[in-house]
Amino acid sequence: MKFLEKAVEKAKVPFEKGGKLEKYYVLFESIESLLFVSKDTTLNKGAQIRDAVDMKRFMVTVIYAFLPALVFGTYNVGYQYYQAIGLEPSGSWDIWWVGIQRVVPQILVAYVAGLLIAEFAFSYVRQHPINEGFLISGLLIPMVLPPTLPLWEVALASIFAVVIAKEAFGGTGMNILNVALVARAFLYFSYPGDMSGDQVWVYLGDHVAIDGFSGATPLAIVGATVESGQNAVAALAAHGDTYSLSNMFYGLMPGSIGETSVLWILVGAVILIATGVGSWRIILSGFAGAYGLAFIFQLIGVNPYFAMDPMYHIVMGGLAFGIVFMATDPVTASQTNTGKWIYGAMIGILTIVIRVLNPAYPEGIMLAILFMNVFAPLIDYYVVGANKKRRLKRATV
Amino acid sequence: MSKSVKLKRGFTINLAGKAEKNLAEFSQPETFAVKPTDFVGMLRPKALVDVGDNVKAGTPVLVDKKHDNISYTSPVSGEVVEIRRGEKRKLLEIVILADKEIEYASFNSYAVSDLVKASRADVQQQMLDSGVWPNLIQRPYGIVANPEDSPRDIFISGFDSHPLAPDYNFILKGEDKNFQAGIEVLKKFTNGTIHVNIDGLGEVNQVYTAAESVQINKFSGKHPAGNVGVQIHHLAPINKNDLVWTINPYGVIQIGKLFIEGRYDTSKIIALAGSEVKNPQYYKTFGGANVRKFTEGNLNNDHVRYISGNVLTGENISVQGHLGYYDQMFTVIPEGDKPEFFGWFLPSFKKLSFSRSIGSLSFLNSSKKEYVIDTNMHGGARAFVQTGDFEKVTPMDILPTHLIKSILAEDYDEIEALGIYEVIEEDLALCEFIDVSKHDIQAIVRDGLNLIQYS
Repeated sequence: MKFLEKAVEKAKVPFEKGGKLEKYYVLFESIESLLFVSKDTTLNKGAQIRDAVDMKRFMVTVIYAFLPALVFGTYNVGYQYYQAIGLEPSGSWDIWWVGIQRVVPQILVAYVAGLLIAEFAFSYVRQHPINEGFLISGLLIPMVLPPTLPLWEVALASIFAVVIAKEAFGGTGMNILNVALVARAFLYFSYPGDMSGDQVWVYLGDHVAIDGFSGATPLAIVGATVESGQNAVAALAAHGDTYSLSNMFYGLMPGSIGETSVLWILVGAVILIATGVGSWRIILSGFAGAYGLAFIFQLIGVNPYFAMDPMYHIVMGGLAFGIVFMATDPVTASQTNTGKWIYGAMIGILTIVIRVLNPAYPEGIMLAILFMNVFAPLIDYYVVGANKKRRLKRATV
Repeated sequence: MSKSVKLKRGFTINLAGKAEKNLAEFSQPETFAVKPTDFVGMLRPKALVDVGDNVKAGTPVLVDKKHDNISYTSPVSGEVVEIRRGEKRKLLEIVILADKEIEYASFNSYAVSDLVKASRADVQQQMLDSGVWPNLIQRPYGIVANPEDSPRDIFISGFDSHPLAPDYNFILKGEDKNFQAGIEVLKKFTNGTIHVNIDGLGEVNQVYTAAESVQINKFSGKHPAGNVGVQIHHLAPINKNDLVWTINPYGVIQIGKLFIEGRYDTSKIIALAGSEVKNPQYYKTFGGANVRKFTEGNLNNDHVRYISGNVLTGENISVQGHLGYYDQMFTVIPEGDKPEFFGWFLPSFKKLSFSRSIGSLSFLNSSKKEYVIDTNMHGGARAFVQTGDFEKVTPMDILPTHLIKSILAEDYDEIEALGIYEVIEEDLALCEFIDVSKHDIQAIVRDGLNLIQYS
């Protein structure tokens, strides 16, 4: 490594103070800090030693947690493709290959557009170091999008999200809304035709779907029962095994790239909780909130959607994905422990409210999280207020 | 009514190079120093001596022009050989070349029975003149106590839970009588309680258990269980307009000696510790000792950092530097000014981390494992990301992130409401250690204290 170290030192010279490329120092430093943890040492006064963890390691842990769901999602894109066009793949490699061809370009485009263009531009203008947060957002954005989305839309959404949702507020740590969800909301309201309906969730390439294949998501199917009055579970069963409880848990069904498999999302949740990077309070209260309200709805049972078994709510759509990977974003979530319970539970509850009570939006998790992102500071305000009150009370006793 | 408190939150940093319980044979350092920078809140230090002057142990050499009734005196007798100044002529050190045989300035000595009878006015002037007064620290703010105040209570932490901290049972052994005399003196300053807080997990210390007219409380748990600020929070928290004093047991003993023997005796046992020391052990020397003698021929490598105090709250001093007034240990750890290839990514058991992020595997090690930690920052500064870890190492009903952010925003009302009066730098030092965003949290805390104190 001495060789590489020397090479980097040498390459650094023009970027240093007084050098020709001095203006670009932050960009160089960003790349250098990926290769080497800098040689900076602690101050003369105060803590003389520091913990080995840094923002990069912290953030990379989140990426590890995404990987199971992402890898499965890639396979699922290929699997749905062969299901839809009615051809037999000659082996599982064919399935993987279709998925990779679809998913990898989306990830690359999100990284290049968001990271290289938007992040680097801001880092240069503001002279601040590159925010590691985008390592996460760049991977999350494709995972919450349908596999058929045109790449230019991915690029546009990534840039929009980085600039408007993050850098306008000052960068990672200062943003109010979850960056990846802003990208999704931006696309959802700007290009609804590419983001909703029955046609966007399964990639078909140049083929046409065979007769009898429906690309509808379970949420759309269940949503339709409110009109038709058909039993929700029966309506799902009409689509074959795809929408059985167990298959939806496993995740081989149409949907956004990363959100279909509750199983692999839960593996990610275990990683987040075991490493302490994601808040178990939010995850637990999120699921409990969703299940609790769905259970109450079931008891009320005014229409088939109300009457559906609450377990279905947990495995359908993006609920699990949103609660595990997006609600736990430490920057936009509630920052106090008490607040996290409230924040997580409200996300679960609002998701079910939007799904069941509002026929305009089949999926509720995106708006529920964005809504609670906005309310998180308010929750904290009251929790912190309680802390202050305890102190004040003590003073006057 | 003594209390027993168990603290669940905290983090003990177990470093390699703990001092052996053994007093080293060595020749005393040649120079000793008084450093104005040791005394928080000293605004206008002024040297009272010139180079070439002769002083005795207990002769005033320094004064704060804002509080000129408190004398800062020479720890040893000898000749002033240097008055070191920094930028803008800031006074840094008054260096004294010590005599072979220490000569003491003479103060009144008391029989124990007379000491009990003496009034506050009797003892206060002698404490102010002799140099023992700065041992008394006022909370809030962690500054040298003001002689005009009467504190609500006085708190003494009987143990030190910092990394590699000296064992008080060892360094205070046999000082029972002086400790009790010190307590008798302190009693005159408060109508409240004198709390002595002992380690609920460690050996019983005779010095404290024999003490009378104090309340003995037990604290058990990880660091910062030994921090007096944490202890106060659990015994009788500091509210707005409250004022308490804290003092280290060594300070109590020094006060006791002053009244029993009639002299300002700065002799103390310090621990020499750290992974780079060949023979970490204890040394008996005087306050403000030059550190070169301790490390000469006693280091494993020479690219090291010399720290007066412990690794969490101490100060980097040069190889020719002097120990601080309050410090009872001298730590030597490796400098970490080397880049580390993929350091943020590669897994490691060896690098201590509070976090369990992927690759930070130190949490799997036995809690007895000793770590060698250098001075590397291990990452660049970033904006705050609320990981929830600060709360896990702060065993107080305080929200560290919110407090720190309110200080950065200079929001006075918020700083006050979130509990600035209850903390000083050392109480949040662990937050600084574990911070993934690499903020200088202790410096921020001091800024916050200054904002409130001077507003």
